[in-house]
Amino acid sequence: MTFYAFMGALEQGFAYGFLVLGVYLTFRVLDFPDLTVDGSLPLGAAVSAVAISSGVDPWVSLLLALGAGFLAGMVTGILNTKFGILHLLASILTMIALYSINLRVMGAPNVTLLGKPTVLDPLLNAGLGPFAAAPLLFGVLSCLGLLGLFWLLHTAYGLAIQATGANRQMITSQGVNADHVIIFTVGLSNGLAALSGALLCQSQGAADVNMGIGTIVAGLASVIVGETLFGCRSVGRALLAALLGSAVYRLAIALALSLKLGSFSFTPSDLNLLTALLVVGALILPQLRRKVLWR
Amino acid sequence: MIGISGLSKYFHRGSVNEVLALGGIDLQVRRGDFITVVGSNGAGKSTLLNCLAGSYPIDGGRIVIDDCDVTSWPEHRRARLISRVFQDPLKGTCGSLSIEQNLALAARRGRPHGLGLGVRRRDRDAFRRQLAQLGLGLEERLKDQVGLLSGGQRQALTLLMSTLVRPQILLLDEHTAALDPKTALQVLELTEKMVAELHLTALMVTHNMRQALQLGNRLIMLHGGRVILDISGEEKDRMTVEGLLQRFYAVRGETFDSDRMLLV
Ligand SMILES: Nc1ncnc2c1ncn2[C@@H]1O[C@H](COP(=O)(O)OP(=O)(O)OP(=O)(O)O)[C@@H](O)[C@H]1O
Ligand SMILES: [Mg+2]
Repeated sequence: MTFYAFMGALEQGFAYGFLVLGVYLTFRVLDFPDLTVDGSLPLGAAVSAVAISSGVDPWVSLLLALGAGFLAGMVTGILNTKFGILHLLASILTMIALYSINLRVMGAPNVTLLGKPTVLDPLLNAGLGPFAAAPLLFGVLSCLGLLGLFWLLHTAYGLAIQATGANRQMITSQGVNADHVIIFTVGLSNGLAALSGALLCQSQGAADVNMGIGTIVAGLASVIVGETLFGCRSVGRALLAALLGSAVYRLAIALALSLKLGSFSFTPSDLNLLTALLVVGALILPQLRRKVLWR
Repeated sequence: MIGISGLSKYFHRGSVNEVLALGGIDLQVRRGDFITVVGSNGAGKSTLLNCLAGSYPIDGGRIVIDDCDVTSWPEHRRARLISRVFQDPLKGTCGSLSIEQNLALAARRGRPHGLGLGVRRRDRDAFRRQLAQLGLGLEERLKDQVGLLSGGQRQALTLLMSTLVRPQILLLDEHTAALDPKTALQVLELTEKMVAELHLTALMVTHNMRQALQLGNRLIMLHGGRVILDISGEEKDRMTVEGLLQRFYAVRGETFDSDRMLLV
């Protein structure tokens, strides 16, 4: 793997970091399998790209993306809690609806940002190469996101979020409206996914309606790889594991793509297979470790 | 102060499986009443408590707490006035949170759980003091996950949590049934102590007739979703286990046979 491929993988790992934190929030903390992110990540990209194209400050466009993703997640949460639609189905419905909405937002299957300002500009102007600027900025931003979530989950409301996922009866008897907690948390998770989308579109220079395909699988893969490698005993540890898992996952994919065995090499079309193998590996590893230790 | 009138509840209404779980319950609970609730399996005891707490929507009747009609209040809103301990020790606490975090949630029952720090330092001292009252050594384990505790410890913790914010009414549904006899007794004594010290109004479901007679100032017996016996004061003091069992079998159309005493 070249240095550039390495930095590219880190850039992706940290850009997807927000998404992975969001996936951790829904799947692990809230116990709410949410596939909406496949639609809310490109939504964030679309909103950010269109906003920047029409002259909005790139940083403000990140906030707009966050808000749009939050609303999308709220829709899933409301479908589930207020209308009793199974969480998986509710999220799939929002996801496919978002595909159409994203096309509406962009007015075309993709929007390019060539020559438009992005959040990376200050670093680039300061003389950093693009290969260094993006991983650095995204790394810092995702660490801030991690700290924010760490704080949130330790507030009284955050404890209520954790308890809603673990024991709904208990939190309801403590006077918390679990429906509202679910709507907020799924909203937040999708806001984070949209933020990832916005960062990706600014570093890649384009938003594409199909960029969300496989988002949830990649997000889950990162969470699981992180948990396996770094553990998840406390909330702080689990958040850190999710973020590092995101970087490791992208590095593993980059590594696989750079492998050459004789005349054979992986192509981007093998990515799904590689992801599946990686997740299976991460799921089996703890079992293997246990077996070896028992012997 | 708690008025239940004409409370009725069906399950699977309108289907072939329709069950009338509560057939018009009328009950006036006075402030400070400690009522034990007995009745055979399926009599409707749990359903009554669940309807009071708002876990199930009801099909008829009214529930008034402190002059406040709560009939249409959702469960989380009623939690302001009502706290409960479940039969299942896993239900009342959150196993993945620590002891202090569970207590922090309970200390805010009925108030908004906002963006302030969940467990503050000054809370910790109070929690430690309150846990020490349980006499289980939990005050040394504030940061331990509740999932690591035994059923009895969890039940004692749930009991403490249910009284951190004083409830207008405390609902206990066979809350010692899943515990071994010794632990059950401990938790029961704790219950008595807390109810007495805080002058709580409580409804306690139990299958143990002797317990039902010993504890509290009032006893009701449910059968087929109706209150078939409601005794308090001297009448309750005079009641014997045999007398209670006689009533128990009479409503079922069975004759009382003293061998059944062995079952108690
Ligand atoms: N969730 C439910 N769905 C359908 N029927 C139910 C449900 N809960 C209770 N019932 C029925 O309502 C009736 C009353 O049940 P309930 O659980 O209140 O009895 P109980 O007095 O608590 O009995 P036990 O002593 O066994 O706990 C029973 O006929 C029961 O089958
Ligand atoms: Mg019951």
